Amino acid sequence: MDAVVEIEGLIKRYDSREVVRGVSLSVPRGRCVGVLGPNGAGKTTTLRLLLGQSPLNGGRIRVFGLPIPEAGRAVRARTGVVPQMDNLDPDFTVAENLRIYGHYFGIPAHTLDARIRELLAFVELTDRADSPIGTLSGGMKRRLTIARALVNDPELLILDEPTTGLDPQARHMIWGRLRDLRAQGKTLLITTHYMEEAERLCDELVILDQGRLLDRDSPASLIRRHVEPEVIEVRGAAGTVRAALGGVPDCRLEAMGDTFYCYTHDATTHIKHLEGRADLTFLHRPANLEDVFLKITGRELRD
Amino acid sequence: MRMTLVPRFRNAAFALWRRNTLVWRKLLGPSLLINFGEPFLYLIGLGYGLGLFIGEMMNMPYLTFLASGILASSPMNTASFEAMYSVYTRMIPQRTYEAILTTPMEVADILAGEMLWCATKAVINGAAILAVAALLGAVSGWQALWVLPIQFLVGLTFAGPALVMSALARGYDFFNYYVTLLITPMFVLSGVFYPVSSLPPALQGVVQFLPLTHAVDLIRPLVAGQPVTDVALHLGVLAAYGLVGYLVAVKLVRRRLLV
Repeated sequence: MDAVVEIEGLIKRYDSREVVRGVSLSVPRGRCVGVLGPNGAGKTTTLRLLLGQSPLNGGRIRVFGLPIPEAGRAVRARTGVVPQMDNLDPDFTVAENLRIYGHYFGIPAHTLDARIRELLAFVELTDRADSPIGTLSGGMKRRLTIARALVNDPELLILDEPTTGLDPQARHMIWGRLRDLRAQGKTLLITTHYMEEAERLCDELVILDQGRLLDRDSPASLIRRHVEPEVIEVRGAAGTVRAALGGVPDCRLEAMGDTFYCYTHDATTHIKHLEGRADLTFLHRPANLEDVFLKITGRELRD
Repeated sequence: MRMTLVPRFRNAAFALWRRNTLVWRKLLGPSLLINFGEPFLYLIGLGYGLGLFIGEMMNMPYLTFLASGILASSPMNTASFEAMYSVYTRMIPQRTYEAILTTPMEVADILAGEMLWCATKAVINGAAILAVAALLGAVSGWQALWVLPIQFLVGLTFAGPALVMSALARGYDFFNYYVTLLITPMFVLSGVFYPVSSLPPALQGVVQFLPLTHAVDLIRPLVAGQPVTDVALHLGVLAAYGLVGYLVAVKLVRRRLLV
């Protein structure tokens, strides 16, 4: 399978601080790859490097087989970008934003007219075509930003935290659209710290922390490889929880905040120990990506 | 990142020029009022008012002398303010350049487009002043239309250094230095209101290095119907300021945005 993005040994320094430290990664054509990582992991920096928007200090990047940053202009012509922060043009309406952006790609007027109509329908903003940007909700701005990223009919779509700060309705709508784009054969590279988003959209995940790549695999394999299949979340006084589960076999106990997590292959006996106790509350669930994420990147707070 | 020293002009610059034209068109009413109203006020108030006492200056009515000075200083003001306040707004708080830089456009294209727009706006405002001046009888003959392409060049001249200021600015207050230390002294010293020859000799020498002096020297004889001298020198100085400003601005903006 040919790779749309190939990164080898990428290094990026700001002053003397190394923020990307030898990341290698490839994105196969037609796949969705998610980049997970806590704040400051180097996700956004990696995306900027990929677009030729930032000089690299080491390593090699090829997008569509073209070298970056030398071929940045040609690569950006075939790529759509949804940035982390909205930067729609506030001097223009919804439809004008798409038109002006189309001009930057040199798209001829007749092609642009038809594409704007399609894109507004795709993100359900047809009836807001003439609204000024300032009157849009956060979700609408996000949808318009996605439409804007599609104006050049890109082969590769790069999305930096596409649903951060949105309500669940808006988030589900955007997930639906991104799955449509996947089905159309577009290649997607997404950064996120919503595990649910990563799990729903991506074929493959890479976990980045402090500028290093820690692991890469499909969501299901990551879960299988890193954590036990079942989890019991227990809340109660630390002494009480440890007394109840301390001696029980096949229970890897982790604490985070006021909650204890018991990772196990079979929770049946553990639940018997916890049932009927008034001083503890618990929840039994299958392991998920968040468990993997916390295990790999650690539980301490990141700023 | 390897970058060529002298950026090549690309048609992509027109995409940004077009963007700014479309924004300007939305505010056409109020901006035209200012374009015509302000020079009208200046020329009536100062030209007639002072002209009554002064009579002639350098073999032309004072109204013509003043009008030709303002036809030279207006593109300076228009281009400088556009390339500082508006460009800075698009570059930093509004993040417009950030969005544009994810398209095939590059910093050199964006700034070339901004300069073209600054010069265009300078001509739009300048044409309004020329019309008002002609209406008041301050213009002698059709050769005065050559003022318009020169105003375009003067727009580029001043857009260049002002772009450098935008690239360096950490906030709008920064522009006060440039306006107070460079733009205002030029407005007062470069022969807009009185001939440079009436300044002390030492100051006359300094004033010859200021671009506005050369803009005045080109525009005044065209308005008054007198022969234009040292054309190549004047055009060269005006072009040089614009070009050097552009190249420095491209370097600084790249360093600021492509980190």
